[in-house]
Amino acid sequence: MSSTPKPNTKQGFDPIALLLEGRAFFALIAIIVVFSLLSPNYLSVANFLVMASHVAIYGILAIGMLLVILNGGIDLSVGSTLGLSGCIAGFLMHGVLIESAGVILYPPVWAVVILTCTMGALVGFVNGALVALFKVPAFVASLGVMYVARGIALLMTNGLTFNNLSGKAELGNQGFNWLGFNRLGGVPIGVLVLATLAILAGLTLSRTAFGRWLYASGGNERAAELSGVPVKRVQITVYVLSGICAAIAGLVLSSQLTSAGPTAGNSYELTAIAAVVIGGAALTGGRGTIRGTMLGAFVIGFLSDGLVIIGVSSYWQTVFTGAVIVLAVLLNSIQYKPKANA
Amino acid sequence: MTAQPVLSARNIAKAYGNIHALKGVNFDIHPGQVTTLFGENGAGKSTLMKILSGVVKPTSGEIVLDGAAVTFANSTDARNRGISIIHQELSLARNMNVRDNIFMGREIIGRSGVDFAEEERQTRLLMAELEEDIDPLTPVEELRLGQQQIVEIARALSVNSRILIMDEPTSALSATEVEVLFKVIRDLTARGVSIVYISHHLEEALQITHHAVVLRDGAMTAYAKRSEIDLEWIVRNMVGENFDLGSPPEGYAMGETALSIENLSVPDAAGVGFSVVDRLSLSVKAGEIICIYGLMGAGRTELLECVAGRLAPSGGRVMLQGRDVAGLTIAQRIARGLVLVPEDRQRDGLVQTMSVGQNLSLASIGAFTKGLFTSRKAETAVVAEAIRKVTVKTDASGAAPIGSLSGGNQQKVVIGKMLATNPKVIVLDEPSRGIDIGAKAEVFRLLAEGAKQGLAVIYSTSEVGECLSIAHRIIVMHRGRISAEFDHTVAKEKIMAASGEAVAH
Repeated sequence: MSSTPKPNTKQGFDPIALLLEGRAFFALIAIIVVFSLLSPNYLSVANFLVMASHVAIYGILAIGMLLVILNGGIDLSVGSTLGLSGCIAGFLMHGVLIESAGVILYPPVWAVVILTCTMGALVGFVNGALVALFKVPAFVASLGVMYVARGIALLMTNGLTFNNLSGKAELGNQGFNWLGFNRLGGVPIGVLVLATLAILAGLTLSRTAFGRWLYASGGNERAAELSGVPVKRVQITVYVLSGICAAIAGLVLSSQLTSAGPTAGNSYELTAIAAVVIGGAALTGGRGTIRGTMLGAFVIGFLSDGLVIIGVSSYWQTVFTGAVIVLAVLLNSIQYKPKANA
Repeated sequence: MTAQPVLSARNIAKAYGNIHALKGVNFDIHPGQVTTLFGENGAGKSTLMKILSGVVKPTSGEIVLDGAAVTFANSTDARNRGISIIHQELSLARNMNVRDNIFMGREIIGRSGVDFAEEERQTRLLMAELEEDIDPLTPVEELRLGQQQIVEIARALSVNSRILIMDEPTSALSATEVEVLFKVIRDLTARGVSIVYISHHLEEALQITHHAVVLRDGAMTAYAKRSEIDLEWIVRNMVGENFDLGSPPEGYAMGETALSIENLSVPDAAGVGFSVVDRLSLSVKAGEIICIYGLMGAGRTELLECVAGRLAPSGGRVMLQGRDVAGLTIAQRIARGLVLVPEDRQRDGLVQTMSVGQNLSLASIGAFTKGLFTSRKAETAVVAEAIRKVTVKTDASGAAPIGSLSGGNQQKVVIGKMLATNPKVIVLDEPSRGIDIGAKAEVFRLLAEGAKQGLAVIYSTSEVGECLSIAHRIIVMHRGRISAEFDHTVAKEKIMAASGEAVAH
């Protein structure tokens, strides 16, 4: 415990600190450069947009995950919630039989979206209530919810997949494909959804009282509570938001695939956690940014797609992704190592 | 005839940056005798203890062990040379049994793994030596606190300690357990083991000690044999000539009753049915400053946390400006003007991951949220105003990390955060804990200024010198009740006597 006095020179240029600070950014640059050299097909706008629409799924999950991790929690249920919301959307698109009236109701796409998001919020609320009100550790609560949500999705579909979600003109429920296939100004809708959510979340974190409460209760829950922060409400809200993000990701994914299977999104929660961690957030809560998390999501996405493009086997992809995650956490612990008290 | 001292401190000094925690301490520890360190919180006792046990190294001076100067590499090194420390917070693994705790980290390895039988035999021997009937296979969590302490002592003896440092060993013990402990201490000294004893219970310590070392603000103010001293001598040397912490603000009319506590009871945290605050009543007017003095465990923290809404009362009520605050959350109480500055600023006061400014604005952030977004301009203004008002030594933007401030400045941030909510009543639990005397004076000046503007102030302290500063009234708490009430002209000895710290004749 040698306590070397910490120098007060914060202004000095420290290349190592800069590299550490912007590591996700530099990693992304490195990935792009390396793959561009290895494959002529990598560096093109078209390829970037395709990769970005893959990133969108993880990225949307990672936004919700960041909120939960900032609060000092973890949400393992987002992958299952993604799968379940796809199934709910598929179920609604194929029509709801109302026996008493003897009709099959085909809700319009906007209603499908709202109902699916509501379901996501509900799953999140169950997580939040378990964690905040019943003091179940977040890991366990969301692990349980992960299994339950996956089970419900399998029960709903009998393990089968909802195909052909495009709807029919005569039923007035067309347009589900829009989310996954259409482009606005050349950019896939999924990517725009990700960008919109990222901006909203970024503003919430930096400019609202809720954002400040979230950082405070993640950094020191007791101090936040004594400062009048409604810590329980904040805690429940982050899980609800994470659930909604998962539902949106589910909608985008099933729209991209024009089908919704009960096993969709399996283990995506881990990718989302990885994106958040690579983005520099601390798993202990209180530290992390949307910008970092987005970089983290793109690092993972661009890395795995790049490996596909240069023809590396998917087994090696898994190895690479794992190595990147461990490296990121390693760097986190260097950056956040406890400083000696002056 | 005096035997050669087993250990001597020669001009020991320790500085943390600019803060001098210890300044030139000299004393001897004699074989088979008890040496007690007296001193208020922050006087340097714990630093001295850490130096003697090898946890920290002195900045200057030397430790002489058996006539030769030594430096300890770490606490293990000190323990190997026969110096063991028993912390106030016991360091036992509660889930493991007595035998495993005593041999933790130095298990006896036989031919087929750990030789549990031999460990158990040695543990029984140790317990027999200490005349304690504790079975080696009992899990530690099933033992009473006093027995756990005996286990710690047994562990220290099992490595042949010649010097045993005990930090507040009696603070959590019942009277009978203290008797047992003292008997053990007497047996140990009879066998030639030296004890360094630290306690806030002066009377108790005087029963057992052979030598007294008194520290004040890091300096050794007195060192004498038991036969030459009495209680008053210790108090005089502990408290010393008072640093001027201000006087009660005058020259303005106090307002109406701002806060009144009526027959308030707070149950024990463990819920075993006894009350840590017992039907206590107290009221404070706008502009009035009240000091609550008491020992650890007197119920001060529980009283203040109950008022702030952290703990639920089991009886009685708290009225804020004539309205019952029962059922209100902490946030609602803050909105109505009742705020708490908690005792432990690291644990309860600050968010270490946030900047100075973000900490300062945390409690009042709702106030400058316009519509959806917080107003950056309003926040900057609040932060700059708070930094100026509570004189935090940092840049006006408040962008520095909170951890970069000194303890005193951190405490001012916690107070500034609560003052930024424009409270009517501020309740501070040990606001001066762990900050230097200059910062103390500034904190008290801040409170006195607030009172002049109509703020009702209640602060608690365990340092008697701080009672006789800005407080108009001094309330002494003992075992959950008010044992005495004084005005600011009272003598220190009377306050201490009423707290149960020193029994007056």
